[in-house]
Amino acid sequence: MAIFKQAKFFWASIVVSLVLFAVVQFLITGGMLNLFYVNTLVFIAINIILAVSLHLIIGITGQFSIGHAGFLAVGAYASGIITMKLELPFVTALIIGGLVAALAGFIIGFPSLRLKGDYLAIATLGFGEIVRILFLNLDYVGGASGMQVNHLTTWPWVFGCMLVAILVIVNFTNSTHGRACISIREDETAADAMGINTTYYKVTAFVIGAFFAGVAGGLYAHNFYIIQPSNFGFLKSFDILIFVVLGGLGSLSGSVISAILLTVISTFLQDYPETRMIIYSLVLIVVMLYRPQGLMGTKEITSVFSRGQKLKGGKKDGKGQTVA
Amino acid sequence: MELIQQLVNGISLGSIYALIALGYTMVYGIVKLINFAHGDVFMVGSFVGFYSITVLHLPFIVSLILSMAVCAVFGVLIERIAYKPLRNATRIAALITAIGVSLLIEYGFIYVRGAQPEAYPGDVLPEHAIHIFGAKINSQSLLILGVSVALMIILQFIVHKTKIGKAMRAVSFDAEAARLMGINVDRTISATFAIGSALAGAAGVAFGVYYIKIEPLMGVIPGLKAFVAAVLGGIGIIPGAMVGGLLLGVIESLVSAFGYSLWRDGAAFIVLILILIFLPSGLFGKYKREKV
Repeated sequence: MAIFKQAKFFWASIVVSLVLFAVVQFLITGGMLNLFYVNTLVFIAINIILAVSLHLIIGITGQFSIGHAGFLAVGAYASGIITMKLELPFVTALIIGGLVAALAGFIIGFPSLRLKGDYLAIATLGFGEIVRILFLNLDYVGGASGMQVNHLTTWPWVFGCMLVAILVIVNFTNSTHGRACISIREDETAADAMGINTTYYKVTAFVIGAFFAGVAGGLYAHNFYIIQPSNFGFLKSFDILIFVVLGGLGSLSGSVISAILLTVISTFLQDYPETRMIIYSLVLIVVMLYRPQGLMGTKEITSVFSRGQKLKGGKKDGKGQTVA
Repeated sequence: MELIQQLVNGISLGSIYALIALGYTMVYGIVKLINFAHGDVFMVGSFVGFYSITVLHLPFIVSLILSMAVCAVFGVLIERIAYKPLRNATRIAALITAIGVSLLIEYGFIYVRGAQPEAYPGDVLPEHAIHIFGAKINSQSLLILGVSVALMIILQFIVHKTKIGKAMRAVSFDAEAARLMGINVDRTISATFAIGSALAGAAGVAFGVYYIKIEPLMGVIPGLKAFVAAVLGGIGIIPGAMVGGLLLGVIESLVSAFGYSLWRDGAAFIVLILILIFLPSGLFGKYKREKV
């Protein structure tokens, strides 16, 4: 019975999202949305993909990675090379962008996931910087002046990718593998002792997260006419991190909601970049001081509708270690 | 002879990194927090030095001390306002707050003052070129090295010979036990922030004198590299930060000397990742196994 209910809920949400898609698509083809709004919608969808991909790494598996823009950059450049230099279709570019980013995730994740907490954060930060410097010095992709990319990203593409990303990550979280990841977040030593192969699951989560960040990178690259290494600095990683943290570490719907909210806010503050950063950083500090669990905590928006049994991973906040 | 000159440049740069790294390492040792805002304290110190030299017309040493004092107060304010309420929060919450504070200082500073860079006047320090073994060594780089070494000696004295230094060592060893022994932990943590920030302020002035150009976002990259230096030497270990800083400066200069100057910034992060993978507790640290 419960399984039947869950399946019904699943199909209901698919239908709702398809209706949403159709309405927006109708508005776009009917010319009722101007380019500014369409662009904002595309941006929101790309940011949602980034937010849920990082949510899998930080929120579910508890591995604090702050170099996500590195995977974004790898995906963006890889897919740019596919469409511009090899002139293959966009769909191959997206998939290969994702795969190359996943490979980068594996290469960086396998050694560095032995590290914990702060050290992992710094290692991933260093990785993000190395990727940026690498593209800065590669003449094949234009170095500092950047690479020309065609505008191919359209609303159906971003919506499709977003839907796939959310579906994969939700289903992964609710599977055996996802439970294993949650147990790592709660207590890595205990999970290890219960026979969970922690390295395997950490690397898996990292690779899946990197894959979707790479796909988002492909969409991001083909939404602009040019990509430059400076687009993928530490601040970009920070932008993605704040979606996940503000939404609530461990809450997928929280990440989605805060990705939507913050994208809209930053679109309106585009002309005042300093003000935007000041507001961002103040929000971040205030949230950490007064509501460290984020907007949603570990709750999902769906649990509002279906009360009772649900598979929350208990209280989040990983190690429960204290400062000082 | 080019090489010797590069080595000397590397040591001067490294001593600036070492001064910043000391603040990171002391704060990490005592509250287990990566103080991302430390690089911005360095930036503020550089600007205080700049204004006291150009606007107040103070001599170099007085500007250096003024900048250290302002940074010490600033560091304590950051600690009291942002970090103190998070003493018992999770590590992630503290780390994110630190990133937030860093961005707030950077962009708040740009908002108030504007993003345009400034140039330190060239005549702050007398400039002679000294020729040793055919290499031309700038007297400024020797003076910077001298200031750094003097500050490190003072720091060693404070940490090992004074009461507050003893309290700092006790708190970093075990904060709870230190509290039970009657040590005022809050005040000790504030003192640590004050000393670390003062060193960052001194590094800021030295950086301005040596590299001339300063700007509001100048703290980000040296801050990150100083953190790399702290990890390289073993985070939480004071002599480790000094050695790590000098070593990192020399590595960077050698990378430029061999013609890969565009890879300079990358070198530090590659060193970081290698160190984290092969020697996670740094050159001077001891590896501790986690026990349950």
